[in-house]
Amino acid sequence: MHGSQLGQKVRGYAMAETIAFTLNDKPVSVTTDGQRPLLWVLRTDLGLTGTKYGCGQAHCGACTVLVDNKAVRSCVYPVRNANGRQVRTIEGLAKNGELHPLQKAFVEHDALQCGFCTPGMILTAYSLLQENPEPTREEIIQGMDKNLCRCGAHTRIIDAIQSAATAMKGGKA
Amino acid sequence: MNRNEYPQIDFTDFQLDLDLSRRDLLKALGGGIFVFFCAGHSSVLEAQRRGPPSDFNAFLRIGADGRVTCFTGKIEHGQGNTTALAQMLADEVDVPLESVDMVMGDTSLCPWDGGTWGSTSIRGFGPPLRAAAAEARRVLLELAAEQLQVPQERLVAENAVIYDNQQKDTRVTYVALAQGKTIARRAKDKPALKSPSEFKLIGKPFPRRDSVEKATSKAQYAGDIRLPGMLYAQILRPPAHGAKLKSVDTSAAAKLEGVTVVHEGDLVAVLHKNPDQAAEAVSKIQAEFEPSPSQLDDQNIFDHLVKNAGKGRTAAQGGNLEEGRKMAATVIEQTYLDGYKAHAAMETHTALAQIEGNKATVWLATQTPFLAKDDLVKALGFDADNVRVITPFVGGGFGGKGSVNTQAIEAARLSKATGKPVQVCWSREEEFFFDAFRPAAVVTIKSGLTKEGKPAFWDYSVYAAGERGAPHFYDIPHHRTTSFDGAPHPFATGPWRAPGNNTNCFARESQINLMAAKAKMDPVEFRLKNLKDKRAIRVLEAAAEKFGYKPAPTPSGRGLGVAVGTDVGTWVAEIAEVQVDKRTGRVQVKRVVCAQDMGLAVNPQGAILQMEGCLTMGLGYTLTEDVHFKNGMILDRNFDTYELPRFAAVPKIETVVLDLKDQPTHGGGEPAIIIVGAVVANAIHDATGARLLQLPMTPERVRKAIAAVA
Repeated sequence: MHGSQLGQKVRGYAMAETIAFTLNDKPVSVTTDGQRPLLWVLRTDLGLTGTKYGCGQAHCGACTVLVDNKAVRSCVYPVRNANGRQVRTIEGLAKNGELHPLQKAFVEHDALQCGFCTPGMILTAYSLLQENPEPTREEIIQGMDKNLCRCGAHTRIIDAIQSAATAMKGGKA
Repeated sequence: MNRNEYPQIDFTDFQLDLDLSRRDLLKALGGGIFVFFCAGHSSVLEAQRRGPPSDFNAFLRIGADGRVTCFTGKIEHGQGNTTALAQMLADEVDVPLESVDMVMGDTSLCPWDGGTWGSTSIRGFGPPLRAAAAEARRVLLELAAEQLQVPQERLVAENAVIYDNQQKDTRVTYVALAQGKTIARRAKDKPALKSPSEFKLIGKPFPRRDSVEKATSKAQYAGDIRLPGMLYAQILRPPAHGAKLKSVDTSAAAKLEGVTVVHEGDLVAVLHKNPDQAAEAVSKIQAEFEPSPSQLDDQNIFDHLVKNAGKGRTAAQGGNLEEGRKMAATVIEQTYLDGYKAHAAMETHTALAQIEGNKATVWLATQTPFLAKDDLVKALGFDADNVRVITPFVGGGFGGKGSVNTQAIEAARLSKATGKPVQVCWSREEEFFFDAFRPAAVVTIKSGLTKEGKPAFWDYSVYAAGERGAPHFYDIPHHRTTSFDGAPHPFATGPWRAPGNNTNCFARESQINLMAAKAKMDPVEFRLKNLKDKRAIRVLEAAAEKFGYKPAPTPSGRGLGVAVGTDVGTWVAEIAEVQVDKRTGRVQVKRVVCAQDMGLAVNPQGAILQMEGCLTMGLGYTLTEDVHFKNGMILDRNFDTYELPRFAAVPKIETVVLDLKDQPTHGGGEPAIIIVGAVVANAIHDATGARLLQLPMTPERVRKAIAAVA
């Protein structure tokens, strides 16, 4: 009853394989069972804890990371699939100490409370703005609707994404 | 501020007439000016299961580096008390907000505290904190008078500097004053607090102080702490509450590479250096359980709660019900139901325990670090001095991390058994299984109106929700409120954001609307006519004005609802507009206006965040959230079937925080959620004429209620 909860099917440990990908602009490689969820490889093997565990079944979005600039739910994403790709986590969003416009907008709008869903929210919004740089409010709601926030920061998250979209106009960031 | 820079202190026998060793400890903290104070004078603290340990339970320090630090056992779980408390402290000491550090929830750095719940941080802890800060400022003024050789009455404190108001370049900084000093004082009972006209920070809106850390993921939660050699545990769980373990075979799990199995009494766990591989290993355990003896499910629970309710307790009464019944021309009798609700914080219960010899350190996601420490001391048999609970950022609590700290004990036992640091992070399924749910409840109300449409009597019985918010506040001559709590629940229940009040408000405010409809009156006007409390009237008027409300008898077809409530000293009124799809039964809340009288709002922006959070979270218990269960099994185990409010469900939210700077501060974390169920129920009735009597108001229940009217 618990194995599936951490985002994987029940099976024996498989043979280790070496998986190489780019993580926040730096090359990394891990030698492990390629079926393991990217979430736990990031949080344990690679020590990046900004990506959160929320449900283990891709329902909540707390574990969202970018693979080739597209949002994926890392709790159900086998690490093997990241081989040769660009992975970006919340730790790799600010550049040279400068917050990304989305991070700035979340801060300026107080678009968070406990902060646990925030990395997933920001990266889902990043992916959304890549696909649609000028979303309407309705499009933001649709794009974010599969990410859960229990504290109820929703309206501020929508406002923050709108203002980040404006700030990012012109292809910056 | 880095908490690791501070040495640990045991506060249990700390006296203010400091002996030499204690003075050494204060020096070890870096010296400075210390003011000790007690936040134990409110009834809330007295109601705790154990009182504060001695004559203080928090302190602040002004260091020679100019930092002003508050040490408190309160914790931050998203509600923003780190910002509002810092505002209070900075304003009274006269330093910039940026100079304030909060050291919170660490049982070895902070004096004892009963926990962070009940919206007590600002209203309960805030006033003594202000008093201590005022005392610190007084000490600084005394020191400055001596150093500058200027009478105190000529001195002005501003922005961490004290100067002579007759000669402004005669000045000294707080940094200079604290240099080389170790002074300990106690806060005065009647401190010279600033008046509202002197506030520089209190009452002004400030953004959260922790948002950059959270938006960059520098904020660490209990699950983010990493220690060398640590293991992740997965624990064998029963399939149902009350199911006893018959037999267990861990051999298949033990064969997996890198797995450690612990079987110690009732605790069967596997540990691995990777959490997902521990999860895989636990699934290999062969275990047999006796079925749960529980016959209860989410359908028959309500009968159970009433039949086994035992003797009631009168929570409020007045007049004579018999007389009231005689006065009544119309009697309305109704039963309201509410199912179990999960806390469902995004962060599951998590602990990391490190046991070294006879010392334990536990990083814990908790609202009650000191209660958790007590539990750990008992479970481990260690001296209290050797057990330390550290509370990092907490990813949401809502009451759910106040009464349940089981994961701390599990991690500590497993660390003791393996000799390694052990993390226990509950899966979402475990979180749903072991949550202390908001209790299912039943409310029955009989109420009467006179020929003239005035309330005549009110006979209110609440089963299992508790008394918070149960007594009504309308002008009703004959009334009685009885609370029944005798029936056992099939699993743990506990406080859930404004415990009891959500259920009680749903019932009361629904019934008041039924009475307004019978009296053929507009529900806002009916309330204004029958409310007694001036604060209640004022918030309702404020909400109606902001909404642009135009009176009409209900149901008006407009889909407008109203409700009023009070919680933790605060009054709240809401007006909502809904759209009901009569074919599907789907309810979309379009707009909510919420007005709140919380006295002095220390950080109005933080207060608004809490109101918005309450309104949004409240939509869940109102429309979708219900814990389904059968024979001890929890059937909702993840967010696929337990439906939290989503972006698409959130209405346009408008808030009004009444500006009442000269009033005491009341609670802000809970009030706005208590009437969300009621305001939506009343709006659905106004839209359709259908009265919903059970939470949540799912499409199916709405369809049925509409069909019953037609």
